[in-house]
Amino acid sequence: MSTKKAHNQTEIIVTGFGGQGIILAGRILGMAASLVDKKESTLVQAYGPESRGGACNAQVIISDTPIHYPYVNTPKILVAMSQAGYDKFAPFLTPESILLVDQDLVNPEDAVCDSFAIPATRMAENLGNKMMANIIMIGFCTAITGAISADAAQATISTSVPKGTEEKNIKAYSKGYDYGRSTLKGREKRAAGQTGVMA
Amino acid sequence: MKPAVLTGEHYITGDVACAEGAIAAGCKFFGAYPITPATEIAEHMAARLPDIGGTFIQMEDEIAAIASILGAAWTGVKSMTATSGPGFSLMMENLGLGVCTETPCVIVNVQRTGPSTGLPTQTGQGDMMQARWGSHGDYELIALAPSSPQDCFYQTIRAFNLSEKYRVPVLVMADEIVGHMSEKVVIPEAKKIQVVDRPKPSGRKDRFHLYEAGPNGVAPMPAIGDGYNVHVTGLTHDERGYPAMTVEAQEEMMTRIKGKIRNNLDDIIETESYKMEDADIVVVSYGVSVRTGLSAVDQARAKGYKVGLLRLITVWPFPEEMIREIAKKVKGFITVEINLGQVHYEVERCAGGDAKAVLVGSAGGKIIHPEKVLACIQEEF
Repeated sequence: MSTKKAHNQTEIIVTGFGGQGIILAGRILGMAASLVDKKESTLVQAYGPESRGGACNAQVIISDTPIHYPYVNTPKILVAMSQAGYDKFAPFLTPESILLVDQDLVNPEDAVCDSFAIPATRMAENLGNKMMANIIMIGFCTAITGAISADAAQATISTSVPKGTEEKNIKAYSKGYDYGRSTLKGREKRAAGQTGVMA
Repeated sequence: MKPAVLTGEHYITGDVACAEGAIAAGCKFFGAYPITPATEIAEHMAARLPDIGGTFIQMEDEIAAIASILGAAWTGVKSMTATSGPGFSLMMENLGLGVCTETPCVIVNVQRTGPSTGLPTQTGQGDMMQARWGSHGDYELIALAPSSPQDCFYQTIRAFNLSEKYRVPVLVMADEIVGHMSEKVVIPEAKKIQVVDRPKPSGRKDRFHLYEAGPNGVAPMPAIGDGYNVHVTGLTHDERGYPAMTVEAQEEMMTRIKGKIRNNLDDIIETESYKMEDADIVVVSYGVSVRTGLSAVDQARAKGYKVGLLRLITVWPFPEEMIREIAKKVKGFITVEINLGQVHYEVERCAGGDAKAVLVGSAGGKIIHPEKVLACIQEEF
């Protein structure tokens, strides 16, 4: 892969248990990048029995140029919401990758890259529905990585969640996004004020 | 009624795009039996068709599913079914009935890995020769292979148009990855979508012959109830459609069935070239494997190899002449497909010893990685 292409292409894996909304999270990332941010994006997803309880995953590629091979080779971003999911994809991380975990569900002790933690499921429970942990994670991911724009994330969440739950989900998104912003501010000064470490 | 064509930008799977393509082409009847990984097409058609004046029926099995779309076609509507490997096998006898009775219809096969139940949730391209020769007897049909959700939309429309124009079942040979992956699909305004309808008869009804071919070798097709004499049989039949148990009638029928395809290859065969201008190595591929091929071509070019890609959008009828011509100018072909050699043998046949023909295949279950093609280029050329 050429250097130029590597800069243009962001490969993301979202992983967790089936039922956590992993596929929806991947779908929102891909759709936001494609329809709102106007980039190329491809989503492939786990489809077999694993999507109903095992180590489920969604693979999203976001690019400025047409995407040929649709699967992730080297994840730039790994969003892990289960230990099994993390264990499965950790070997593919590189020092340049960014790892985002639900800190109550994943212990990334041997991570080779920068990792960012959020108690997403606990925060979702405090908001009254743990099913929104995936949306909190999208907010967190957007703030930390800038893989999709904040506008695109919010617009896409609103059209992707069940009718009547839009407001709650946007609130969940904001919680995750704000948590991500504070996390970044708490890091080195050079990161302060930027929308993402990749910006 | 809701609009049939959902003009705009969508982020949808290939299966859904295929269903939307069918609707945009004017499909008003869908009969199917659900099967992984084609079920989403049925689900989407079930949700959409009633709103646009169409009919969805979940049949008792795939034999009935294809029978239902043949029957529907003779009532004058455009019809489709969708299935995968095991269901495709069950459809083979009636696929021949569709060919023999020159019934326009579209059959989508979202391929998974076989043989038999195989890997039901995983991708494959092992039904390509079955698509060509799976039904008994000698015949011609058309098979297209989409490589992306956007392509699923367009190829399904094209499948309907070809099917109507040539009165032949057209197969859309997708696969699990293309069927389940999501990408942006742009659906144009309805008036910008080219839709072809079957030739209809005119003139005196008492002198009408059901299989009297028009200028392009295709006979105009009335619907049952239009008032024309319609006798539809899978027995060898004469121009009137009546059973005729003679070698002469068989030859006449076969000449028409094969001729209308063989004599219109330029219209039916569609291919796409990528970096072919100066290529001396040609990757030949179709469906999802095109994506492997494109990636491999870029990587090989970066290493200095003069590689191009020929994408078969129409796989059947096979672009024989094109491969023969290319073979005279290049070192060789690499066919990339998720089986252990099917279309590869067609490429090898047409290369005819003028150029090397190599296969990068797999037993199925997942997409072929571009590295495998790159390694082949380095080893073989």
